[in-house]
Amino acid sequence: MLLTESLSTLGKFALFIKRTIAIPEKWGVFFKRYVAEIMKLGVDSIPVVIVISIFIGAVCAIQMQLNTTSPLMPRYTVGLATREVILLEFSSSIMCLILAGKVGSNIASEIGTMRVTEQIDALEIMGVNSANYLVMPKMLAMVSFIPVLVIFSMSTGLLGGYLISVITGVIQPSTYVYGIQAMFVEWYVWYGLIKSLFFAFLIASIASFYGYHVSGGALEVGKASTKAVVTSSIMILLADVILTKVLLQ
Amino acid sequence: MIEVRNVVKSFDGVEILHHVTTTFQAGITNLIIGQSGSGKTVLMKSLVGLHRPEEGEILFDGRDLLAMNRHQIKELRKEIGMLFQGSALFDSETVLGNVMFPLVMFSKMSKAEMRDRAMFCIERVNLKGAEGKYPSELSGGMQKRVAIARAIALNPKYLFCDEPNSGLDPRTSILIDELLSDITHEYGITTVINTHDMNSVLGIGESIAFINRGSCDWTGNMHQIYTSGNKALEEFVFATDLFRTVQKYALQHPDEAGIER
Repeated sequence: MLLTESLSTLGKFALFIKRTIAIPEKWGVFFKRYVAEIMKLGVDSIPVVIVISIFIGAVCAIQMQLNTTSPLMPRYTVGLATREVILLEFSSSIMCLILAGKVGSNIASEIGTMRVTEQIDALEIMGVNSANYLVMPKMLAMVSFIPVLVIFSMSTGLLGGYLISVITGVIQPSTYVYGIQAMFVEWYVWYGLIKSLFFAFLIASIASFYGYHVSGGALEVGKASTKAVVTSSIMILLADVILTKVLLQ
Repeated sequence: MIEVRNVVKSFDGVEILHHVTTTFQAGITNLIIGQSGSGKTVLMKSLVGLHRPEEGEILFDGRDLLAMNRHQIKELRKEIGMLFQGSALFDSETVLGNVMFPLVMFSKMSKAEMRDRAMFCIERVNLKGAEGKYPSELSGGMQKRVAIARAIALNPKYLFCDEPNSGLDPRTSILIDELLSDITHEYGITTVINTHDMNSVLGIGESIAFINRGSCDWTGNMHQIYTSGNKALEEFVFATDLFRTVQKYALQHPDEAGIER
């Protein structure tokens, strides 16, 4: 039962993506919507990304300092470990999980409301490919803007660690700065950016899928929004495992 | 003209429309009436291609909707305007943006021409001055009028209206009915209106199809409805004391009611 339901949903999702990825009716309209979606889904997410990253960077630095008390470990390990946590997992995976909540629920509820208020039917009656018109700009906006958010997150996360070292003195700021530069592997930055592209696609497409297929009223829109966040979070974690295996090993 | 021939539509094995056959003429207001659950919304959605019937033919001036491929359906839809029950206006667009939307998507007009055409449609539905407002700032009746303006922006050959009077006060309902009737006659549109409103039935019902339990039980017009002889139809239309009185008066004064002897 669960298996057939899952397979049926997967099939529906594939058909939905097939309808979504098409040549836009009018490039001018598409570009206008794309820019608007970048502003709404991407630029508006910058403050939350910065705030969360600064705090997590600071917490990471404190935790590393508390857990690297062995005299055999150099002090700069705090900066080095904080950097690795932020570059490898936090700024891509964890940040995308947070964005799945913020952006995913926004997309699912917006499209879901359009469905229950017959706005999507109105588009269809006019002869517009509603999936392409509504979803494609969101998907492209998310995929193209997520690297910017990840870079913001990486830099502000590292800044958070630096600030806590300056404010509380858990570690000498110069030692922290040395640590975040020590044994730097550039590929880790690319790894985080590549992962985030997949996650952005998952967030936008899954949230749009659940919103697009709402039937009923406001209650169902809320349920679709929850489903979208839960499913995209699980898919992000699953994709994280696969991408880590593929990209790092 | 739209001809519906032997249309059958089922959901989960339950047949909702049983071989429905009827015709909607051009240049007049064609009403689909029937009780809730009778299948009239399914019929309306089948007519515009939102549902796909298993059997039958839906001919738009001889072109069968059910035999068309996706591209042909898309082309046909450019000739269709639709007014939804809840207006279905785009929240993020102003009145002008909503009315211009089909023009932006499908016309080859310049921006100035599109604006002129949209303003003409807005003025036609008596909403001049409201073009900069958002749907949430408008009353239900005004939203319906914006939806009508949007529906006629591309000069449609066919106009479908799903319960255009729902949620409106009687006075606004009459205004919407008059507007739909005027637009239909002015532009020679094939207008199909799905309604529960008996004022509409007796006011603009130039052609009426009564859907009862998934079948087209009776066809006629607002003058013939008084003497239809169809029990189910009479129970539906003249269900209240007010409308029974109207019927009684009409039968006593057939000339005034336009009843043919």
